[in-house]
Amino acid sequence: MALYSEKVMDHFTNPRNVGKLDDADGIGEVGNARCGDIMKIYIKVKDGIITDVKFNTFGCGSAIASSSMATEMIKGKPISEALTLTNKAVAEALDGLPAHKMHCSVLAEEAIRAAIKDYYDKNGIAYDPAEFPEPDEHE
Amino acid sequence: MAKTIYVDNAATTAMSDIAVEAMKPYLQGIYGNPSSLHSVGQRAKEELEKARETVAACLGAQPREIYFTSGGSEADNQAIRSAAYTGAFKGKKHIISTNFEHHAVLHTLKKLEDEGFEVTYLPVDKNGLITPAQVEEAIRPDTALVTVMYANNEVGTILPIREIGAVCRERKVTFHTDAVQAVGHIPVDVEEDNIDMLSLSAHKFHGPKGVGVLYCKKNIPLKTFIEGGAQERGKRAGTENLPGICAMAAALQDAINHLYENMAKEELLRNILIDGLSKIPHSKLNGDRIKRLPGNVNMCFEGIEGESLLLLLDSKGICASSGSACTSGSLDPSHVLLALGLPHEVAHGSLRLSLCPENTEEEMRYIVGEVPKIVEYLRSISPVWEELEKGQRKHLI
Repeated sequence: MALYSEKVMDHFTNPRNVGKLDDADGIGEVGNARCGDIMKIYIKVKDGIITDVKFNTFGCGSAIASSSMATEMIKGKPISEALTLTNKAVAEALDGLPAHKMHCSVLAEEAIRAAIKDYYDKNGIAYDPAEFPEPDEHE
Repeated sequence: MAKTIYVDNAATTAMSDIAVEAMKPYLQGIYGNPSSLHSVGQRAKEELEKARETVAACLGAQPREIYFTSGGSEADNQAIRSAAYTGAFKGKKHIISTNFEHHAVLHTLKKLEDEGFEVTYLPVDKNGLITPAQVEEAIRPDTALVTVMYANNEVGTILPIREIGAVCRERKVTFHTDAVQAVGHIPVDVEEDNIDMLSLSAHKFHGPKGVGVLYCKKNIPLKTFIEGGAQERGKRAGTENLPGICAMAAALQDAINHLYENMAKEELLRNILIDGLSKIPHSKLNGDRIKRLPGNVNMCFEGIEGESLLLLLDSKGICASSGSACTSGSLDPSHVLLALGLPHEVAHGSLRLSLCPENTEEEMRYIVGEVPKIVEYLRSISPVWEELEKGQRKHLI
């Protein structure tokens, strides 16, 4: 058995939405280089809909695949829906991740939330801070 | 190129034809148990002892100093625990090692620390070397054992074993070396190198997996950890793995017969890789350039992560290895690269290519062509690289 599912390998070798948005409405960056993964997600928002999304990721195969899948899952969706995206849903959409790689899907969920929070902050949109806890420091 | 290019020979090697042929007679024809008194058993016993003589001759040892084991890890475990407990009997509970040994050594030492032994881990320098003076300074009246690897499995550095052995002889401290990466690749002679105990593993030099050797000098006490029958002069029970042992002996003899020509060939190939890959901006060769195994290349590329590099190399048919955290199953990158003082973020982007004489110049040129493209791609999608290039993060290499 291979380390990763075919879905993971597909999203790793042909990542969707890779790149940057120079006119992004929100940018979220999580992770740290010391631990070996950083995810940066850019979103473009219009009328509460995420009209475009791009990512840059420094990390292993599953980190890149998780970024790719997560961006696919929120593209064209209302922010309210993007906020309900869980790391588990990302991992499931990838046909599973090895146990020690689940944290990659957590990063993807956190990066999206961070980008949305950034969008709220930049546009003076009120939100409940409890909804946006500080991402865990990955040791 | 659809062909697989295997450059992970420090992980394991393919068995040579010579080793496979050497193994065959013992799978069916000469299948006896060397402990049996009948002719079938005694035939097997003869072959077992022939193999022991061959291995001994290849190491500059006496046959009675050769103990067959299940591999390098078992040999390391037995050597270290044996010397530790022998020392403890005389009130000596201090051990000296380095901070970049193989886990078979480090984890055994950790267990011994839990049991009340004290271990000094000599720090290697930025080139992955220690000096005999460091060992000498660390030796205390209660030092039971010095264990230092002959050559490092990740960065390929060759340690000054002969000189360290001389220090240990002078100070009358038992000296063990994990020579798993060295034997069959560079000249090793237990007498000339002042070695008391040495571990080796057959599958690192085109022999089979699951078989190795513990050399233990005749005046050095050796304790038994696998109890049972009287095999290996009572030091290691269990019916001998005769097919494996005979194949190992043949593989080792073959490696020694061609040692210098293989070294020259691997060095030539290695240098193509080092020279080619060093042209990648913000890359670094890890480990001393000169005191280095002929077949080892270990490089870091800033701004990328090793596992994704390996997976993309694999998709191009190149099988290599990395010291990144993601390949180790933990969040920390290789302890070896950290021991050389590499920052975590740089150590995550490491690539090890380990060669064998069957590799070709054409393969090396293919690798030198593919790696830069993959590094460039991974950098193009890396937020770390973006910050490095924008000056928001400082280049470390």
